[in-house]
Amino acid sequence: MTTLPLGAYRPGRTWLHRLPAGAKLLALLVTAVVVTLVRGPASAVVFVALTVGLVAWSGAPLRRTLRSLRGFALVAVALTAYQVWTRGWAPAVETVGDLLGMILLATVLTTTTAVDDLIDVVTRVLGPLRPLGVDPARVGLAFSLMIRALPTTLEIALQTRDAARARGLQRSPRALLVPMVVRVVAGARATGDALHARGLGDD
Amino acid sequence: MGHIRIEDVVVRADTADGDVLVLDRTTLDLTERRVALVGPNGSGKSTLARLLNGLVEPTAGRVVVDGVDVAEDGAAVRRRVGFVFTDPSAQLVMPTALEDVALSLRRTHRDKARRRAAAQDVLERFGLGELADRSVHALSGGQRQLLALAGVLATDPAVLVADEPTTLLDLRNARLVGDLLLGLEQQLVLVTHDLELAARCERALLVDGGRVVADGPAADVVDHYRATA
Repeated sequence: MTTLPLGAYRPGRTWLHRLPAGAKLLALLVTAVVVTLVRGPASAVVFVALTVGLVAWSGAPLRRTLRSLRGFALVAVALTAYQVWTRGWAPAVETVGDLLGMILLATVLTTTTAVDDLIDVVTRVLGPLRPLGVDPARVGLAFSLMIRALPTTLEIALQTRDAARARGLQRSPRALLVPMVVRVVAGARATGDALHARGLGDD
Repeated sequence: MGHIRIEDVVVRADTADGDVLVLDRTTLDLTERRVALVGPNGSGKSTLARLLNGLVEPTAGRVVVDGVDVAEDGAAVRRRVGFVFTDPSAQLVMPTALEDVALSLRRTHRDKARRRAAAQDVLERFGLGELADRSVHALSGGQRQLLALAGVLATDPAVLVADEPTTLLDLRNARLVGDLLLGLEQQLVLVTHDLELAARCERALLVDGGRVVADGPAADVVDHYRATA
């Protein structure tokens, strides 16, 4: 089975599970701001160590979570090489460390929080904007679809890669990208139809 | 039993090949509990089914479900008519089985704890209780289709339209889903290539070239289709 980024919700009784979804979302936002403002490689290394600890505490299978980061590893290698080349080692460690830490923190959020709860938070927070024409329920649904889109897109990418391999076209970017984009768009349309058919967004 | 009326409906589509007639002038009254739509690929049967839920809008004519015009109050019709697709993956929009069914219940169950309890009850009814917290990506094809069905039936629609719901399933799961569909209390409109399943309905429509070319007792229509295909 494919190892997917941002783990699915795993029910549990840890302190992280009991923390309200709104508090966790706010903490994620504040942390993103703080790690952007705090400079230096040492803070990034500490941040990554802390988030690895949180992942373990959240009940997410650590080995599977780390395996799911293989896709990020490719980006990390390219990003590190570019940063080292343009700015040196310290900024490279800081940038990649901060990104890795944020991905792990997002994994903690999705592992310990039911999407249903996240939708409730988004709906509640956006409630006051209703007079301005914002539909909180619709934004909440879009939020959940965004989370769902990650594993779905990865699944399509892997299937497209296998299909290209089977035809001996694994080195052709066109054979990989074109069918993948077409399938992602077709999938999005099918999902739109399904939402429409279920009456979600009618209210 | 519900009453679905399709009145002088025409559906045209603007495609790369120009303006195409997908469904020619069609008038039907569907009052039977089990109605099957059979016919070759591209014949217009899925378009006919999609009209019933407002997924496709008629170019001319009107579709009325239990007195409600789909064009005038689509939301009310969608509350009455559930729709199950061929590929359940597109239909499952939440990460876990329980959350997906709970999403269907958001309108009727505002209280979160009651919503989750009701969703769990629905899953139990469909034999999916133990998979409540399982990622929808980790389910088998049969389990996904059952879950899609559970998500739709959770709101207790009066009519269920199922567009080739067994096509992607293995034999055992196809039988399981087929039996479940035919045993439902709801009025069922079933698009299918499974002629054995179609023959178990009360009425069948054979659609070909955008027209209903045969209409009658399911066994007779299926025999006619077998003889002429």
